[in-house]
Amino acid sequence: MLDRRDAVARLLRERGDALVVSGLGSPTYDVAAAGDDPRNFYLWGAMGGACMIGLGLALARPDRRILVITGDGEMLMGLGSLATIGVKQPPNLGIVVLDNGLYGETGLQPSHTAGPTDLVKVAAACGFARAFEAHDEAGLHLATGWIAGDTGLYFVVVKIAPAEAPRVLPLRDGVALKLRFRRAAGVDP
Amino acid sequence: MTPSKDVVAPLDWPGEIFAHFRRANIRQVGYVPDAGHARLIEMIQADEAIHDVVLTTEEEGVALAAGAWLGGEASALLMQSSGVGNCINMLSLTRACQFPLVMLVTMRGEWAEFNPWQVPMGSITEQALRLCGVHVFRADHPEEVSDTVGAAIDLAFNACTPTAVLLSQRLIGAKKWLK
Repeated sequence: MLDRRDAVARLLRERGDALVVSGLGSPTYDVAAAGDDPRNFYLWGAMGGACMIGLGLALARPDRRILVITGDGEMLMGLGSLATIGVKQPPNLGIVVLDNGLYGETGLQPSHTAGPTDLVKVAAACGFARAFEAHDEAGLHLATGWIAGDTGLYFVVVKIAPAEAPRVLPLRDGVALKLRFRRAAGVDP
Repeated sequence: MTPSKDVVAPLDWPGEIFAHFRRANIRQVGYVPDAGHARLIEMIQADEAIHDVVLTTEEEGVALAAGAWLGGEASALLMQSSGVGNCINMLSLTRACQFPLVMLVTMRGEWAEFNPWQVPMGSITEQALRLCGVHVFRADHPEEVSDTVGAAIDLAFNACTPTAVLLSQRLIGAKKWLK
């Protein structure tokens, strides 16, 4: 299993000009810890919506790569969005799920992925031709390659160790996040 | 026999909604399949300038609209009144970030409804939307639809705020259960 902070920092090092959406809770802190960037849209709520925000962005901005980084609990609340994205097949959207099988924000209760739920199989069954689980250096290397490249729609579950990292809290004013993100994405105000 | 001048073609209100979508440069439309919106959905699917996004649940469409706006595109969200209940927490995203949102809601459970299971949500749809901070408009007659939808779209994108138009069950026509 991988260290979440190290894994996210290494994935984001390959982002290029990608626009990033982070799921609420620890993934938002992980993305912030890798270095604040106006091209990051940090979620502090909207549980289950991260991938759909990514889809709206991907359809609006076919000229840019879109990367969603979220957690297993947030992904589980929006499983249907994988079916919706599978229908649309946006070629510029990547989804990374940081999976420790735990609901970290609420006291480390086990999530469904600690049991029988296999998110990679769910994504594959929804039409993601590229879906795999990274649980070691080799897997992380493949994932960074997909993020860096012109890969097409992909879904990666990164198996992370359950250890909690110190909280790094980014901007949480939604309007401020929206405005600086749109400016950084080159959208007219 | 010459037709009587009193006979007029039924007003094509779905076509008028679609004309507003074109006017407002709406580029993404999320929807859960719905009989009341069927004709509008067909027009959207046939238009290559609009991404039609079929959703598994309506709250996905609230998040889709936020992403579209972050990327610089206007969108709309079509649903039945039962879908409003599915959107409630996701509307926090809309309000916290002041995203524009246009929801066009076909009503069930209010006019000659056959299915009692549609009544509970249909009877609280308007209040639920208002509690969520959504500006609610309503159209009961075909001739009201165009102006009302146009106003809701303009308000949403001019003021960066969520709006909804309730298209009444009287307008849509009660569902025929026994054919």
